[in-house]
Amino acid sequence: MAVSRSFWLIAATVAIVAAPLVLPGLGGEFKGSDDLGTDAITEARPGYQPWFQPLWKPPSDEVESLLFSVQAALGAGFIGYMIGRRHSARRENVAGR
Amino acid sequence: MHIMEGYLPATHCAGWFAASAPFMVGGAVRLRRIVAERPQSKMTLAAAGAFTFVLSALKMPSVTGSCSHPTGTGLGAVVFGPGVMAVLGTIVLLFQALLLAHGGLTTLGANVFSMAIVGPWVSWAVWRLAGKLGASIAVAVFLAAALGDLATYATTSVQLALAYPDPASGIVGAVLKFGGIYAVTQVPLAIAEGLLTVVVMNALSGRAGKADEIRVLSGEEQ
Repeated sequence: MAVSRSFWLIAATVAIVAAPLVLPGLGGEFKGSDDLGTDAITEARPGYQPWFQPLWKPPSDEVESLLFSVQAALGAGFIGYMIGRRHSARRENVAGR
Repeated sequence: MHIMEGYLPATHCAGWFAASAPFMVGGAVRLRRIVAERPQSKMTLAAAGAFTFVLSALKMPSVTGSCSHPTGTGLGAVVFGPGVMAVLGTIVLLFQALLLAHGGLTTLGANVFSMAIVGPWVSWAVWRLAGKLGASIAVAVFLAAALGDLATYATTSVQLALAYPDPASGIVGAVLKFGGIYAVTQVPLAIAEGLLTVVVMNALSGRAGKADEIRVLSGEEQ
């Protein structure tokens, strides 16, 4: 029961994320909200110069997307490992009884 | 929810650092105590951190035609209480500030306050309240994760409004303006985060819907 519930919950999640991309009438540039926030500041205070710069910036969009992927992959990899560990521990418990 | 480097006045940066500091110290103390009392919870703590790591890297499209990312702090807040997420969330924000030029060091205090403090505390409060009102674990976890996510983005909107009040409509007008950028975009993503948190919580515990699901994860029960 739990598996099929998880399946439907994941399906709903995918639908929510995909809807803006495929539904007619929705859409836009899909810029990041953090950048839009920064734009809104510049609009409200024309000529605003940030008073501190990042110490290091990814040299290109490719490198930036690489680092974001690494972040997601590390996290997802560890969670996958934990789920596997929990399942094998449970199986041993059942077998030991 | 990331306020970019150098985009908050120095006084605001200092103020948000001061506001966040006690929560981070308290969170670190709590984290140490949990690890000392229940060493078996270490791996789940790491998983809670990993969940934030993944979700905050995923920028998803929203109905407003812009993209934003979930925060993933609700899971850890429900399992371990909100305190520890101040520490785990700060690690994630530091990683993004240093390696991705996303967020910043000067704005770290403000970003920690919204993502690693307000979000988790709201998640935890919603989780407790929903449980008291008799909601099932799945429903309570969903509401906790979704509303914590939204609260983080609402906080960012307020932080920016305080720094950049609208010349005509003041702080209230600015809250509405920044809220339109952050909070409204976040509504569908918060729902997605809520659903995903239920799935991952079930998968991590391996005992979906059982009354001891959360206590198994936090290491209070084997």
